[in-house]
Amino acid sequence: MSVKKKFKGLSDKAVGWLFIGPTVLLLLAINIYPLVYAIKMSFTNFYANKIGREPQFVGLKNYIKVLNKEAIWEKMQVTASFMFWTLLLQAIIGLGLALLLNRKFKGNELLTTLIVLPMMLSPAVVGVFWTYLYNPQVGLFNYVVNFFYDLGSFDMIGSSTLAPWAIVIVDTWMWTPFTMLICLAGLRSVPNYLYEAAEVDRASKWQQFIYITLPSVLPFLLLALLFRGIENFKMFDMVVELTSGGPGSATELASINLKREAFEKWKTGYSSAFAVILFVTIFGFGNVYVKVMNKIKER
Amino acid sequence: MDTSRSYLEPSSFSKKIAAAIIIVYAVITLIPISWMVMTSFKNVDSAISYPPEVLFEPSLEGYVNLFTNRSRQSQEYLDSLPPPENWYEELVRSREMVITGPSKFLGRYSNSMIIGFGSTFASVFLGALAAYAFSRFRVPLKDDLLFFILSTRMFPPIAVAVPIFIMYRKLGLGDTHLGMIILYTVVNLSLAVWLLKGFMDEIPKEYEEAAMIDGYSRLQAFFKVVLPQAMTGIAATAIFCMIFSWNEYAFAVLLTQFNAQTAPPFIPTIIGEGGLDWPAIGAGTTLFLLPVMIFTIILRKHLLRGITFGAVRK
Repeated sequence: MSVKKKFKGLSDKAVGWLFIGPTVLLLLAINIYPLVYAIKMSFTNFYANKIGREPQFVGLKNYIKVLNKEAIWEKMQVTASFMFWTLLLQAIIGLGLALLLNRKFKGNELLTTLIVLPMMLSPAVVGVFWTYLYNPQVGLFNYVVNFFYDLGSFDMIGSSTLAPWAIVIVDTWMWTPFTMLICLAGLRSVPNYLYEAAEVDRASKWQQFIYITLPSVLPFLLLALLFRGIENFKMFDMVVELTSGGPGSATELASINLKREAFEKWKTGYSSAFAVILFVTIFGFGNVYVKVMNKIKER
Repeated sequence: MDTSRSYLEPSSFSKKIAAAIIIVYAVITLIPISWMVMTSFKNVDSAISYPPEVLFEPSLEGYVNLFTNRSRQSQEYLDSLPPPENWYEELVRSREMVITGPSKFLGRYSNSMIIGFGSTFASVFLGALAAYAFSRFRVPLKDDLLFFILSTRMFPPIAVAVPIFIMYRKLGLGDTHLGMIILYTVVNLSLAVWLLKGFMDEIPKEYEEAAMIDGYSRLQAFFKVVLPQAMTGIAATAIFCMIFSWNEYAFAVLLTQFNAQTAPPFIPTIIGEGGLDWPAIGAGTTLFLLPVMIFTIILRKHLLRGITFGAVRK
């Protein structure tokens, strides 16, 4: 439209740059610059607490150190099993709840809101108050478990076999509503005529579920799991306050270990290399996952 | 067969079963939160009694402990003092302690407020500008730029925390409100741009074009026509940004200490005698979580839409 030229004020191009500029500049300064800086530091023996000492270039030494350290693989294993169980439980319970909520009974909306409450709360504060619920002497969780099945005294946070489950339970309690909401959106996007056609063809309810409902909700479920997967790979706040990685290192997730190396031992170079490796892992897995997801969607 | 309802509608029996299961789940999921609120109204002894007390005599000890610093004194010293001036002093004296001053809680809470509101305003404002430009103009490399903006959300916060720590130390932004506002603004900005672009796309172009034919400039049309139209979307986005800033912990614990520390890193440090003071922690938690819960219930329509937004549009 050539008419546009006649309007007064700045040209559209100028307004466009004026509007996008600040956002891009801020992201470059606070997001991209620190990332580039971290990548640069990962090739040096820099210690952030030793000011004035010039960092020296050490090549790939930090990366080799990280990858050869057995403890790092243990943390990765802890992270992987945390992710496996939380995503599995949240997928099953979240989808189940969404299917039930989709029956549109009375009070549906209010109940949805109440169920969603835990995911709005501060993960660190949630971690603190669950230490109270899990307390072996006075905790409500322990009391309820013993009420239904007499286990005697047990310590969810203090035992290295139970602690990984303690964090899985809290994460599932907190984030199942997220999977549920996304699945619910998926269920509501299925056009009614599909079911009508199926009824005409005399498909049973079970067949309708397998051939219509499940395939249409699957892409949504996978997307919800992608978001949760990325978040749980980075998981830090809730677990730090709940178990602080312990006992021993039973719940020491990758990012908790990263924080220890970076902010307690101040090994900036080494921890930057570790951070870059984590970032590449998340990015790589994310990309593969999205490709698989798109293939499933196309079918 | 009942012909009055569509055969697609689930039967009323299956609806009842579904409702029953959902109610049970909702009750179970709310127990931990209600327990924390109840604990905040217990006294220190009843908070550590076993079996846990469901019925108890309500007490404000937790709230008094949350807002004050106290020190233990000998009985002789307490006897030598003039009688307590108010109910909370009396409560503290009955525990053989005296109030030595206000605690840091109020300061941490107002830090959370200042940083939360400041960063929410900034990220929604900047996000709205960028979203409008992406929605209306031909921007070179638009898709790449949009993906770049989104991908900044994938960085683990700890990975960029050390460089930001060093950068802030050099710029004098470490442990300041401004520094935290800038940081949270940037973290929220990517989400704000994506959410708001969706809302801007829904506003017909014709509105602002009509305004421009009437003699408005592009900027005037944006502020006077488009922004008011986008108010729902702006409100939804603002809630998300506010909840993130309010709840954020990793950056707060690493980058702030005395001056600009927010409530999430502070609440876990409320320590009483011989371990954690559960009623006080309960009180802090309740006061901290209350605004978010009220917001969620009042604004549920916008919130639920916002959460599923990204998923539904794809």
